[in-house]
Amino acid sequence: MAELSILLISHGPFEKVLLEKIAREVVREYQFPVYIEDSHLDLSEFYDPMRRQYDGNGILKEIDAISSENTIKKVGLFRVDLFIPILTYIFGQAILNGGTGIASLYRLRNEQYGMKKDDDLLFDRFKKVVIHELGHTFGLIHCHIPTCVMRSSTYVEDIDQKSHKLCIRCKGTIGT
Amino acid sequence: MVGNISILIVDDEESVRDSLYNWFIEDGYDVARAENAKEALSVLESRNFDIVLADIKMPGMDGLEMHRRIKSLNKDTIVIIMTAFASVTTAVQALKDGAYDYITKPFDPDDLSHLIRNAAGQISLKTENEALRNKVVSLENVEDIIGNSEAMIKVLKEVGRVAQSSSPVIITGESGTGKELIAKAIHSNSQRKFFPLVSVHCGALTESLLESELFGHEKGAFTGAMFNRKGRFEMADGGTIFLDEIATISPKMQIELLRVLETKTFVRVGGNKEITSDFRVICATNKDLNAMVKNGTFREDLFYRLNVVNIKIPPLRERIEDIPMLVDHFIRIYCTSMSRNFMHVDPAVLKRLERHDFPGNIRELENMIERAIVVGNEKEIRLKDLPFEKDLTSNSIESLDDLEKKHILRILNKYDWNISRSSKALKVDRVTLYNKIKKYDLKPEK
Repeated sequence: MAELSILLISHGPFEKVLLEKIAREVVREYQFPVYIEDSHLDLSEFYDPMRRQYDGNGILKEIDAISSENTIKKVGLFRVDLFIPILTYIFGQAILNGGTGIASLYRLRNEQYGMKKDDDLLFDRFKKVVIHELGHTFGLIHCHIPTCVMRSSTYVEDIDQKSHKLCIRCKGTIGT
Repeated sequence: MVGNISILIVDDEESVRDSLYNWFIEDGYDVARAENAKEALSVLESRNFDIVLADIKMPGMDGLEMHRRIKSLNKDTIVIIMTAFASVTTAVQALKDGAYDYITKPFDPDDLSHLIRNAAGQISLKTENEALRNKVVSLENVEDIIGNSEAMIKVLKEVGRVAQSSSPVIITGESGTGKELIAKAIHSNSQRKFFPLVSVHCGALTESLLESELFGHEKGAFTGAMFNRKGRFEMADGGTIFLDEIATISPKMQIELLRVLETKTFVRVGGNKEITSDFRVICATNKDLNAMVKNGTFREDLFYRLNVVNIKIPPLRERIEDIPMLVDHFIRIYCTSMSRNFMHVDPAVLKRLERHDFPGNIRELENMIERAIVVGNEKEIRLKDLPFEKDLTSNSIESLDDLEKKHILRILNKYDWNISRSSKALKVDRVTLYNKIKKYDLKPEK
């Protein structure tokens, strides 16, 4: 029987090195092999000109509809500004206990906040968002341990406060 | 904390109901949806909800009228009114009628989280909190502070004592004595451990950067600031803020800090909205703040505001009986990270360490042990592996490149020159490893 894996669907452009690094961290945390594919999604369908952002719900549904053999979970990786109707923005979202999540690095960039560009910090934040959204697909809800990657983050500074790892309790919940 | 909190979402737009439902489910709330006031009231007649989040404009009965009816069913239900339009008149009416709060769509995620969290905080969860506290594994606790000396036991007793209150603390000690570790221990043993411990290294930042770091800034506060940024005081809400190197802050920042400590309110840079944050402050310094107050370089009123409790950490030279435990601790850490068997320590090494002054304290000791593990024979830490046995002008001093070359070659030999496994052990990618092999002209041993 073929091994189940996690699929990262890149709607870049993303540097190959960045994607490989994220894939490695996902492997470490969830212990499934990770594959990377490029996306062919036409994002213009999801653009809201009033908000000048991209519809996160629509994109999530579209990614979820992609079928991929032996894939247990999928995460779409984006560079665009995502929203859902009730919120001004999202970093990512996922189907709780489902198969799909999405994550964007748009609002993770220091430059958006008038700070100096920091690629290392950007990678660190992005990997945490990816691991966080994957956690939701494995059925994890937000955690109250301040350093757990599943802690809710509404600002980038919140993301910086937590680690990229699941706490012992969350690991126990999903059996890793 | 959220386990038993139930939320009813009432909105005629399905996308709003679904989005809010998913948002709150991820936070662990018990969530239900209703598409209009009539349905909501029917649901509320059959069960209670702690919080009702209701749109103000719905066909049939509007949110305000619904709110009045909800209160007549259960006055303890917290009702939050949502609207797509900012309307002062409606807001005032809603609040007059007893609505908990009023929020405008689309919501800032942080505002929504805060609002619900604060509303949930009003609801009694004593049993839930106790159960949760019993289950939580403390990640930063006093067991991370190594030492059985009388001096350290005294420090740990003080940590246990001050953790129970929210009083400000100043931790004093030489550089490298573990002041941040003590701050973490205080936080993790306090009632605030479920909220963040936010650290600020004041000495590393200019005055303007420190201001932005502490208070945050609003969108447009300066060129490039496209979004709001939370400051550290805000991030520490409910938790603890740790201000390291407090003695380095400028006179202007001292005044601003004093005001924040007294009022627990502040304004983001470029903003005008007053923000309240409930935080506990812990400071650290290696300077004599008393002397600085006397010579006028540190404000007396700020000093007395901060110095409710003072914990002094002794330098390593005053607790040499802890050195063997610390050496053992660092051997475990570094041998584990380098995938090695634990090394023994020549007793002469311990005797020599106990005679050393350690101006850099524990940090210096840690560096010494790490270096000794890298350069040593993998079995035992020997006197010759310690830096102060070498003449600093000698040609035998190894550069960082020498140490790196040795370490890489050792790992390659260990894994029989398997590049994949070696690069994993060294925590670099394969390309980097190939480049290093080329740089140092490394070859397999025959």
